[in-house]
Amino acid sequence: MARLNTPAMLKINDITVGYGAITAVKGLTLEVREGEIVSLIGSNGAGKSTTLRTVSGLLKPKSGNIEFLGEKIDGIAGHEIVAKGICHSPEGRRIFPKMTVDENLDLGAYLRKDSAAVKETRDHVLQLFPRLQERINQKAGTMSGGEQQMLAVGRALMGNPKLLILDEPSMGLAPVLVDLIFETIEEIRKSGVTILLVEQNALAALRIADYAYVLESGHLKLEGDGSKLADDPAIAQAYLGG
Amino acid sequence: MTNTAPAHTAASSNRKWAIGFTTVVAFFFLLNKFVLPEASGQVQKFFNAWFSLTSMAEIMIWILMALGLNIIVGYAGLLDLGYVAFWALGGYVAGWLMSPFLSSFQINFFGNARAGLEQGIHFHVFLVLILGGVFTAIWGIIIGGPTLRLKSDYLALVTLGFGEIIPQFMLNGADIGGLNVTNGSQGIGGLDDVNLFGYVIGTFALPEKFLMVSLMAGAMIFFSIRLRDGRLGRAWLAIREDELAASMMGVPLWRTKFYSYAIGAVGGGIGGVGFAILVGGVYADRFNFVISIIILAMVVLGGMGNVWGVVVGATVLAWINSIGLIQVGELVNNSFGTDINFPSYQFLLFGLLLVLMMLFRREGFIPEARIRMVMNEEKTEDLDKVSDETKIASN
Repeated sequence: MARLNTPAMLKINDITVGYGAITAVKGLTLEVREGEIVSLIGSNGAGKSTTLRTVSGLLKPKSGNIEFLGEKIDGIAGHEIVAKGICHSPEGRRIFPKMTVDENLDLGAYLRKDSAAVKETRDHVLQLFPRLQERINQKAGTMSGGEQQMLAVGRALMGNPKLLILDEPSMGLAPVLVDLIFETIEEIRKSGVTILLVEQNALAALRIADYAYVLESGHLKLEGDGSKLADDPAIAQAYLGG
Repeated sequence: MTNTAPAHTAASSNRKWAIGFTTVVAFFFLLNKFVLPEASGQVQKFFNAWFSLTSMAEIMIWILMALGLNIIVGYAGLLDLGYVAFWALGGYVAGWLMSPFLSSFQINFFGNARAGLEQGIHFHVFLVLILGGVFTAIWGIIIGGPTLRLKSDYLALVTLGFGEIIPQFMLNGADIGGLNVTNGSQGIGGLDDVNLFGYVIGTFALPEKFLMVSLMAGAMIFFSIRLRDGRLGRAWLAIREDELAASMMGVPLWRTKFYSYAIGAVGGGIGGVGFAILVGGVYADRFNFVISIIILAMVVLGGMGNVWGVVVGATVLAWINSIGLIQVGELVNNSFGTDINFPSYQFLLFGLLLVLMMLFRREGFIPEARIRMVMNEEKTEDLDKVSDETKIASN
């Protein structure tokens, strides 16, 4: 698939991010356009999650800036970024284990006041993941990994995001479930949500993406149309274990 | 059907507990008001020894305190080691605003000054309760505001200091630039009798005082449950479970923690006012570090976050503290002819109890419903197992 010709939604301009003395991301520039699925791939420690956390306001860039719909968002608090329309399904799911599925979904809509609209989103989420409907009153911590992942994605959707960030949604899941998650990601995009996807499962992430960025030890290594990168033998060798 | 089941059971269990609480309060009130004065000396002696109304009223104050701390520790998961400071502050608000102590003023606002002691400030008890809550909330804001931006360990340290400083200030506040603020170690005595719509609760009207503090504790129970089940309660729980994920859901971390700290402080302040009215004064030497720890132990032993668990925890520990050890000790000494000073083993017993609880029942006497359910529910592992196997295969 190729890059869409829509206006940019998220622009990361030359950011450098680090933890203390360690620099995890150096001079990264990337762009997500409206309606796209953009994948960010790379091996462990390449700086993918750091980048996402910076976008979500959990980390502050040391230099560079981030724009969302033309507005600078680096340095503002995490909950304000959610309010602007960026929802994050974090790595490792991080659902609230002692709350029910229902309560988890409710929290996803924490900042939304319009209960009729929240109900609509909720119906949409339960339609995407019928499994969640079955388990609606179960404690989230007692569900299987796949179900928890569905909940993590569903919970992020409850915030009615313009941009949905998915951090390793296929991690630790059975192949059947991985396929299901990726199909759902396509479906979410069709409903009008732009998606920034981070994956170690590079091949699947490239196939689904309109555009992809490849990170290596904090640097941008490569970028290009998802399908083109998926067929690139160099990529295959480096990241796809081919 | 399944959709409403858990909510329904939670509501009905709340109702059972509320009926139980009301029954106990009504029983002790009626017993002491009408039955005991007429009863035989034997019966009187038994109840005064094992369930003295003074101690029962104090238990209600402990419940109030423990529920206030529960909002901070149990709901939001913040460690507060100096909660006694709020108790002291609330107490002094009562001392200042409903006694002849601040004698350079002479203000009477629906107060009930004793004849001949009209100097000082005499506010209506409702106003004092409100001002006590507001005053401690302001202190909660002063302490919590800057500290809550730090990791929770630092909050524990700052509150520890706060819990030491405030009582010390009260103890030494008899001469601050020539101004007697707290009357030092003598404290402020001779609080006004409470006047409720014309009905005066005298200094020695214990059953009525018991009923009054029980109502306060009951109100605190009600607010605790309402808070927990509301939007704010949900946000607190989210923060307690996973701060990062909560932030990603749009929960404003600092503001939400801050609310828990300020609201928890109000509980302490109102409890402080209630205690001052109960004992008719406020005395600085009562507010020491041990009190903070006992309140914390009540919350932990009862079941952090569970309102009724904390009520039970507070009742049991306060009862052991004020009556249980003495009475059980006497019973043992009389039956076996021993001469053991049981109350002196109080902290040994507390320590033992805490260690045993941590070993065998970490979630408290009555665990919060969520924790209980997670512990009992079977994990659905159907699909995980497959994925684990494939992981091993691909490695």
